[in-house]
Amino acid sequence: MTAAALPHTASETKAAQPARWNDYIALLKPRVMSLVVFTGATGLVAADRPISPILAAIAILCIAVGAGAAGALNMAFDSDIDALMRRTKNRPVPQGRIARGDAAFFGGTLSLFSVTLMWMAGGDLAAALLAFTIAFYAGVYTVWLKRSTPQNIVIGGLAGALPPVIGWAAAAHAVPLNAWLLCAIIFMWTPPHFWALSLYIKGDYEAAGVPMMPVAKGAKSTRLQILIYSLILAPLGFLPVLTHLGGALYAACAAGGGAAFVILAWRLYRSNAGDHEERPTGLYDSKAEGRPARDLFAFSLLYLTALFAALLIEHGLGALL
Amino acid sequence: MTGFNESPEAAKARSRRNIAMALGLAGFVILIFVVTLVRLGGNVAHRAF
Repeated sequence: MTAAALPHTASETKAAQPARWNDYIALLKPRVMSLVVFTGATGLVAADRPISPILAAIAILCIAVGAGAAGALNMAFDSDIDALMRRTKNRPVPQGRIARGDAAFFGGTLSLFSVTLMWMAGGDLAAALLAFTIAFYAGVYTVWLKRSTPQNIVIGGLAGALPPVIGWAAAAHAVPLNAWLLCAIIFMWTPPHFWALSLYIKGDYEAAGVPMMPVAKGAKSTRLQILIYSLILAPLGFLPVLTHLGGALYAACAAGGGAAFVILAWRLYRSNAGDHEERPTGLYDSKAEGRPARDLFAFSLLYLTALFAALLIEHGLGALL
Repeated sequence: MTGFNESPEAAKARSRRNIAMALGLAGFVILIFVVTLVRLGGNVAHRAF
């Protein structure tokens, strides 16, 4: 029986338990939200356009709330498969503390609030991009792609890649090539990041019937694809230097980080990570075989953070000095 | 009230959720007000006399 065929009864059967306020915070996926806020704020600052600090703060808040709303809609729809995976089974909907309908209503309301407020603070283009991002994540990725194709996180990664474009649009009311370059970097970063993770928790995805790449095509094919994406990502990460978006600090992060990324991806490719069943208890918990996958997963977070932090420092300090 | 058996714990949780919802709505209204002020303030400052 596939996960998609499972009835959504987990929440209904346990719905008598009262929801706490922090369950609603958990619906917003705060960890994902923090990365989205960071990249969105970088896009807003890198646009180098004068914007009221109050409007800038509200635009970033809208990106955060919009991302949280998409997370809540995702949890409302995915409660059946979340209940089957160790990483997600303690979420409030599969635990029955929040009913699926309530989570969907919460996500829908926050979507409306965030897009309306973005329209007022950041303009038409930023609001339209935010609405598209929420709809794409909740409607296209969650409802359709996630359960139907191993390319789910490749195509669905667009939703996670758009926040810097939204931030840029909120500040400049336009999205030039450099904004799309930031989007492209996150887009190409997403597959190696998620596939590295899914290599050592593939048992969870298998149990839930989610066709993640290691489950659908095998660990060897996934390791090769991670290497290919990494080989494209490293030079792509350096492109903002050539378009004068990134300065010396960014160039150093992109060159050093890109090289390290490829080395780790090569090590992963040469390893046996994902070949055998592994059921870690935490995101960074892995046995020896899965260690190269865990290392790339952890480093990928550091790499993206370093690139965007460099831009934030260069453009943020540039504006202050 | 009949037909609505709620434990004290559930009632307390519901009350807290309602307060959080009220604060959220109030925050949204205040943000709309602030954005309006900032936008209007800028336009007033740059108006043609």
